[in-house]
Amino acid sequence: MTDVTHSIEEEDFGPSPREILKKSILAHRSLLLGFGAIVIIVLAALLAPVLAPHDPYLQDLSIRFTPPVWQDGGSWEHILGTDHLGRDYLSRLLYGARISLTIGIGAVLISGTIGTTLGVCAGYFGGRVDMVVNYLITVRLSMPVVLVALAIVAIFGGSLNIVIMVLGFLLWDRFAVVMRSSTMQVRNMDYVQSAQAVGCSTLRIVLTEIMPNIMNNLIVVATLEMAHAILLEAGLSFLGLGVQPPLPSWGLMVAEGKEMLFFEPWLIMIPGAALFILILSINLMGDGVRDVTAPAGKN
Amino acid sequence: MTHSDTPVLELNGIKKTFMISQGLMKGTKPLYALNDISVQLNKGEVLGIVGESGCGKSTLAKILLGLMEPTSGEVLIDGQSLKGHKQLDISRRVQPIFQDPYSSLNPRKRIGDIISLPLRVHGIGDPAEHERKVIEILDLVGLPKRVLNNYPNQMSGGQRQRVAIARALIMKPEIVICDEPTSALDVSVQSQILNLLMDLKDELQLTYLFISHDLSVVEHLADRVIVMYLGRICEQAPPDRIFDEPRHPYTEALLGSVLTPEPGQGVPDTNLGASYPNPINPPSGCRFHPRCAKAMDICKSNAPMLQQINRSKVECHLYE
Ligand SMILES: Nc1ncnc2c1ncn2[C@@H]1O[C@H](COP(=O)(O)OP(=O)(O)OP(=O)(O)O)[C@@H](O)[C@H]1O
Ligand code: SF4
Ligand SMILES: [Mg+2]
Repeated sequence: MTDVTHSIEEEDFGPSPREILKKSILAHRSLLLGFGAIVIIVLAALLAPVLAPHDPYLQDLSIRFTPPVWQDGGSWEHILGTDHLGRDYLSRLLYGARISLTIGIGAVLISGTIGTTLGVCAGYFGGRVDMVVNYLITVRLSMPVVLVALAIVAIFGGSLNIVIMVLGFLLWDRFAVVMRSSTMQVRNMDYVQSAQAVGCSTLRIVLTEIMPNIMNNLIVVATLEMAHAILLEAGLSFLGLGVQPPLPSWGLMVAEGKEMLFFEPWLIMIPGAALFILILSINLMGDGVRDVTAPAGKN
Repeated sequence: MTHSDTPVLELNGIKKTFMISQGLMKGTKPLYALNDISVQLNKGEVLGIVGESGCGKSTLAKILLGLMEPTSGEVLIDGQSLKGHKQLDISRRVQPIFQDPYSSLNPRKRIGDIISLPLRVHGIGDPAEHERKVIEILDLVGLPKRVLNNYPNQMSGGQRQRVAIARALIMKPEIVICDEPTSALDVSVQSQILNLLMDLKDELQLTYLFISHDLSVVEHLADRVIVMYLGRICEQAPPDRIFDEPRHPYTEALLGSVLTPEPGQGVPDTNLGASYPNPINPPSGCRFHPRCAKAMDICKSNAPMLQQINRSKVECHLYE
């Protein structure tokens, strides 16, 4: 037995996962674009009280349907014009970003918690737990989201909190499905067995060995579901069953503008475009996160 | 290599049966992964376990590690049943080294955190002491201190396996279960890791259970070799007996396949006529008879009994 085997040659180690991640993020243009747009929208929402030139609830019927500044009759006083009650459209759009983001984030927090818990339990414990969770997923998938949401909102009345709760409790299925299969994959890795052999508790294993390895999938699903929730809220509001006036949700703004579709199309186009950009950038970011954390670039 | 004859680890009549689902509405069928295994592991010895893929080696390892309950039979550590022990007690004394160092290290954790995990879980010492011990063990397994902050994907297979060894040894266990610790590695680093394991055994006075599908690996390390086939022990003997005078036809067949050009591919069935049987429907009588060159009529109907011949124990009708 020689001592030679006791030391390895001084090799250079490859770049760390952080460095690789940083590089691939910086090289991923649509991810950066989506992320940038989201940052701008979030900032606009946070700074709405500072940025908004007017009170979004202040009505002035004498200036109703002022067109935006680039059309005949527009003025810099109301850059994006005013709505049917004479409220400043730019201010409502800025405050509306708050509503849409609150709904997206709130719904995803609820549905993500439910779905991740169910999915991770199913994937980790398997057997009966898995059967029960699969059953719950099937039950949930058999309920059409929009119809159920409409029914509940019709019964309990629409309000910001109810819309968030309803969407949160309806949109957890994709979390559960994706987290279940990712957990199953990771659970079979030897490092989980090694942690068990060391004597780690199940909770510790789930939190420190499994979660960090399925986090990327969780982020991807969370972004997609956030876009989903925001769109659903817009749909509910459009039908008059979402957020109630005078709250300036973007979906509600589209709904309120629909009567004037042929005469004042910008009333719909402006909040519609805002929604489109928000959803697009959330999706770009989700796809980007999936790309840069895909296993191909890893170990 | 000296070792006493006091068993630190004892298996008595271990059976493990998996119920395998046969598809929707078809119910389940038993798979006898381990069928009445009794082994003693003595302090300071290296016990080699050899057998084809699927013969139950890893299942045995998991039972010894306390990760799996045997269907029946008992595991004794120092004469005490494993049943009453908590996983934490077991893990102080028995630690594993797995086959695939790409799967045994969490890619999201730093090497330092991976190696110090046992200390943290068992609440041994403070962070400063953890670091000291990690650096000490890194030196012991031949890794530079600067890998502490690296991630597994920055390292080669051999380096990763050294990390896995460091993690297994940091709590100074008595027994180390090596489940094919080199078969996922490049041929060039295999012997480095084997030598390291043997050096560490002497330095830390370890007891090894060394699992392999390759008899030639075990030949140089083991004090005793167990050959397994379909969940049963078919021959048990010191390595020189196994190599000079194999008794069981299956051992002979395994020996014949040692010199294959590509190790790590499992045992080629060139000299074993039929292929490995389906463990859910094992052959009657001697389970090896469809592939055995020396099979007799009695082999198809009656299972052979264990025979002691000199220093070998064999389960085969040839010796009855
Ligand atoms: N959790 C399980 N559920 C069902 N069957 C299992 C399970 N684990 C192992 N088996 C079966 O038990 C038998 C023994 O498996 P085991 O992993 O112990 O074999 P092995 O000797 O380690 O093989 P290898 O050399 O491929 O690692 C195999 O037939 C396998 O399919
Ligand atoms: S019992 Fe018969 S079939 Fe089995 S190994 Fe011996 S000779 Fe071969
Ligand atoms: Mg195995």
